[in-house]
Amino acid sequence: MKKIAALFALAVFAVAQDASAQVLKTVKERGTLNCGANGTLAGFGLPDAQGNWTGLDVDFCRAIAAAVLNDPKKVKFVPLSAKDRFTALQSGEVDVLARNTTWTSSRDTSLGLNFTGVNYYDGQGFVVRKALKVNSALELNGASICVQQGTTTELNLADYFRSHNMQMKSVTFATANEAVKAYDAGRCDAYTTDASALYAERLRLANPADHIILPEIISKEPLGPAVRHGDDQWFDVVKWTLFALLDAEELNVNSKNVDEMLKSDNPEIKRLLGTEGNFGEQLGLTKDWVVRIVKQVGNYGESFERNVGQGSPLKIDRGLNRLWNKGGIQYAPPVR
Amino acid sequence: MSTDLRTESPPPRVALYNNPKVRSAVYQVGLCVIIGLLVYGAASNAIENLRRANIASGFGFWDNNAGFDISQTLIPYSSQASTYGRAFWVGLLNTLLVAGLGIFFATILGFIIGISRLSKNWLLAKAAGCYVETIRNLPLLLQLLFWYNAVLKTLPDIRDSFTLGGAVYLNNRGLFLPKPSPLEGFGWVQIALVAGIIAAIAFRLWAHRRQERTGRQAPVAWVTLALVVGAPLAVFLLAGAPLLFQSPQAGRFNISGGVEVLPEFVALLFGLSIYTAAFIAEVVRAGLLAVSRGQVEAAYSLGLQPRPTLRLVVIPQAMRVIVPPLTNQYLNLTKNSTLAVAIGYPDLVQVFTGTVLNQTGQAVEVVAITMLVYLFISLTTSLAMNIYNKRVALVER
Repeated sequence: MKKIAALFALAVFAVAQDASAQVLKTVKERGTLNCGANGTLAGFGLPDAQGNWTGLDVDFCRAIAAAVLNDPKKVKFVPLSAKDRFTALQSGEVDVLARNTTWTSSRDTSLGLNFTGVNYYDGQGFVVRKALKVNSALELNGASICVQQGTTTELNLADYFRSHNMQMKSVTFATANEAVKAYDAGRCDAYTTDASALYAERLRLANPADHIILPEIISKEPLGPAVRHGDDQWFDVVKWTLFALLDAEELNVNSKNVDEMLKSDNPEIKRLLGTEGNFGEQLGLTKDWVVRIVKQVGNYGESFERNVGQGSPLKIDRGLNRLWNKGGIQYAPPVR
Repeated sequence: MSTDLRTESPPPRVALYNNPKVRSAVYQVGLCVIIGLLVYGAASNAIENLRRANIASGFGFWDNNAGFDISQTLIPYSSQASTYGRAFWVGLLNTLLVAGLGIFFATILGFIIGISRLSKNWLLAKAAGCYVETIRNLPLLLQLLFWYNAVLKTLPDIRDSFTLGGAVYLNNRGLFLPKPSPLEGFGWVQIALVAGIIAAIAFRLWAHRRQERTGRQAPVAWVTLALVVGAPLAVFLLAGAPLLFQSPQAGRFNISGGVEVLPEFVALLFGLSIYTAAFIAEVVRAGLLAVSRGQVEAAYSLGLQPRPTLRLVVIPQAMRVIVPPLTNQYLNLTKNSTLAVAIGYPDLVQVFTGTVLNQTGQAVEVVAITMLVYLFISLTTSLAMNIYNKRVALVER
């Protein structure tokens, strides 16, 4: 509600801003990046007991901070629920939204924001109790399903059951926490959300081993960061931060070897790391922007493995998120 | 003396800008103009900001397909065929249902506890005092979460439901009751009910008039019961009980058919009623204490028993003090029902300012509509209570 009120106040009272509001300049002057993050989803955005945020989306914001402010710690993370996230971005409370958000046409066009790319290709799945002996989502006819409000998940769920001529009862909650708790208490037969989150949420159930994730993936969920509409420069910075993370992985530049790579003769690496050309300056940053990102945060693959892959408790397979030349669909335009 | 007054010269003419009447009029008009300009500026600014940010505006979304499901719908609603407008009405009806029932139960419970707190029975009075002090000092949100978890955790899983002969099921998905569906001949029962209610009202009026004329009392309560409940029941049995009860059926996952009462609804209703009852109890106690002791003593000396004294002498006078703050509590309960969001009950705020706002992104329109709706509900409640207050207010002769 606070965020809605903020947007309301902004829409009504803010002086009409120049369409190309200078977010990049504001962030540099402020010295911190305001990043809208999840806050409750292990692997994507979650603060630990000491208040240190970790996650794939968190790393993405840290990469922007490294590129713009030369310090991945200069990020203020604002935890947002699915319901409030767009309003927080629209109202200017955050500079960038990196909160496992599905890119759809209506969100891109009518909410006043722009998606900058896809940092995780996901799809919607279901978790059920093993005791139900359900092996497929198609056997869920008549089930009660817990779901988080204000998500594409809520809509896909209705679509999926409608298109398969099945009945269900959805029970919606404002936050994923409440939905998972209700599922765990037996209020629903199944809980549905993006598959990546299912792995994370399952670990929080009382007895994770009593639950299984069904094989069906019922939707395309390209998750990506978003910025406000109308500031092309900032849009470019955020978009190219993601591409830089991917290009670095593709060229085998990682946090450990980046200093040696600066001496590389490979023209692609030279352009990426700014030893040749002025591509960073074209973005409004400095030549060595990618060096800073990779040194301080790592490349996409490092971030993936550390947060959701084999180096994490989630142990999610890279799957679709492998690079295009390794059997996946992560593909970034070149720096040149 | 009067001649002196007449011959006194008229007050000296003052300049227009020094005339207090003109001045105050100018100030008021000026203030109105400034407020008007501010509102206009804010509105046009909002429209301009939304346009620049490329955020959709207007009320076109109202007729768009909703595409999401709602767990409790009092009117037909489906994700594929219904619009955001329909979802709004579903949410509004859910709000009105829980607010209406909440007001009903909170009033009854509040009066019982308020009267108990003044009881001569030490245990009863202390118990009521304990209730009030505990309940009103704990945050409502906490109580709602407590009730929701109490409901969910203590009830059995759906596969181990409590059941009453396969007709009533109780489990952590809710309470499932048989659904009555009328057969041919049920119309007569409805006619008997309406006729019974009219007859009961007529009897009441007649009995009241007779009592004023002759002082003789009639057994109004028993006759009302016979007319409103007895007569329709007799017709119902005579017509061969033309009502079919559809029992809920246990399916593989869920129980379908029948009337379903959601645990979210029960938790919200419990929480709101119990919380508001604590405040109503204090209002009632204040009202009762405001009636002077002499009134009770006078009633006793006229030979009235304690019960009729309370009903005929104390409460009617206490109502004058009770009604205005009681209205506040009713309004509070209605507004507090928006905490439904926390426990997943699909009220107006959960459905409309939650899902619809998020799916359409039109915060300004959705929030404005919701605010207007709550304003309308509150003003209507307030109006009804003001009319009632006029009726019970002291008639000064």
